[in-house]
Amino acid sequence: MKNKFVKWLSLPYAVWSIAFIIIPLLMVFYFGFTDKTGKPTLANIMSISLPVHFKSLLIALLLSLISTIICLLLSYPLAMILSSMNKDNNKLMILIFVLPMWMNFLLRTLAWQTLLENEGVINTILRSLHLPALKIINTPYAIVFGMIYNFLPFMVLPIYNVLCKIDKNLLNAARDLGANEVQTFFKVTLPLSVPGIISGITMVFVPALTTFVISDLLGGSKILLIGNVIEQEFTLNSNWNLGSGLSIVLMLFIVISMIITAVFDKDGEGSAL
Amino acid sequence: MANVLKKIYIALIFIFLYAPMAVLIVLSFNSSKSRSKWGGFTFKWYAKLLSDSSIMEALITTLSLALLSALIATFIGTIAAIAMTGMKKSTRTLMMGITNIPMLNAEIVTGISLMLLFIFFNVKFGFTTILLAHISFNIPYVILSVLPRIKQLNPSAYEAAMDLGASPFKAFFKVVFPDILPGVFSGMLMAFTMSIDDFIITHFTKGAGVDTLSTKIYSQVRKGIDPKMYALSSVIFITVLALLILINLLPGSGKKTKKEKH
Repeated sequence: MKNKFVKWLSLPYAVWSIAFIIIPLLMVFYFGFTDKTGKPTLANIMSISLPVHFKSLLIALLLSLISTIICLLLSYPLAMILSSMNKDNNKLMILIFVLPMWMNFLLRTLAWQTLLENEGVINTILRSLHLPALKIINTPYAIVFGMIYNFLPFMVLPIYNVLCKIDKNLLNAARDLGANEVQTFFKVTLPLSVPGIISGITMVFVPALTTFVISDLLGGSKILLIGNVIEQEFTLNSNWNLGSGLSIVLMLFIVISMIITAVFDKDGEGSAL
Repeated sequence: MANVLKKIYIALIFIFLYAPMAVLIVLSFNSSKSRSKWGGFTFKWYAKLLSDSSIMEALITTLSLALLSALIATFIGTIAAIAMTGMKKSTRTLMMGITNIPMLNAEIVTGISLMLLFIFFNVKFGFTTILLAHISFNIPYVILSVLPRIKQLNPSAYEAAMDLGASPFKAFFKVVFPDILPGVFSGMLMAFTMSIDDFIITHFTKGAGVDTLSTKIYSQVRKGIDPKMYALSSVIFITVLALLILINLLPGSGKKTKKEKH
């Protein structure tokens, strides 16, 4: 389809992406590097070193790292089980991962309050079994819980996709050559699934690092993540310059994780779609 | 033994993913307004749902945003994906790079960047600004779902149609389009779902007076969620679940799903 007309079909998208992707990002940089009067300044960026901002960044990094690691540990076995199953079953499985999106994400997260509360469903069950109750609502643990709950499918799908693509003959060959199941896993399956793992890590880490909703709903609004600070600068304080400055700092971490993904996943094998 | 363990593991993950859904459905029948107290069984929230004009308005806004943004994004995204295959490699890489920005960037950054754009150009916040934002984050889903289908096309089929006297348009609609249609549909469905479930980007691009279901729920978090919201989301969830089961059980659907898998 290499005729001249076909090339022009990309024009609407080219215009659209300049207007609604590129220019908005430039706006963030413009506002981030200027003050309210429009004079250039570095103050917005440097304000990350203020204890209150710096602390929120550190907590966000810590909580998102913990939830990314737990997501990976939970997802890998699941993806392995799913990929070893019969194909038609898989289709249904994947649909079931998309289905939760049809129940509002805020309500789903709020439902965890009902489950995790001190007098909530889980603790009632634990008490009836004479087990110690969990006191995690409105603590960082609840936020980690919410992150794992919301972003787990983003880890499962890319790993599942790469595992499905692994040629079964490679595994058989490894077994024929005398490797046991553990050796086959560490020498063949795991190295081949690295693109999926890396892609999953980015897809969980970025939304977890930047969330303000989960911390708002499950952290009892006592724990501020960097996302909460930025959100408040925009919606409560209308300080767009400061909010943009902090977003630029945040984007630095996003870009780092994107570069890592690009290095490990050159062919886009691990992409979720 | 290993098989039993596998099944238990899958079951545990499912309980983890679906426990909140069960909670919300139970809450929709709870006559107490509190999230943590059971006040007896009731249908009243369902009965009152249709007469609550502010919730119905938010529902209509949500659905029209999802429908419009999915349709427009599907149109722009599909023709862009078709054009991309005819491009020089460097141009295509650049366009794919730009397409990946909203997919990989944090939603909060996408949201505030669009908010700043509208502030800078003095655009009035309202339905249109949300729609523009939703189209923007939906286009990449369409492109990424159509592009693989186009790559699998046999270019000779299109050329053969032209050799046999079909005009480029006719050749496209008779030969190329039917083959990429499953990709177009799944992209549109993905876009629709993403738009329905979005909160963060809508939060930053909406104006006063316009609410989607998500932003309405968020505004109720502090003062307590209106139980009619649980009723509404249970209805939506059960409807989609029923549709999914129906599609998967329908005779002949097996063939279609196999075709999509290539």
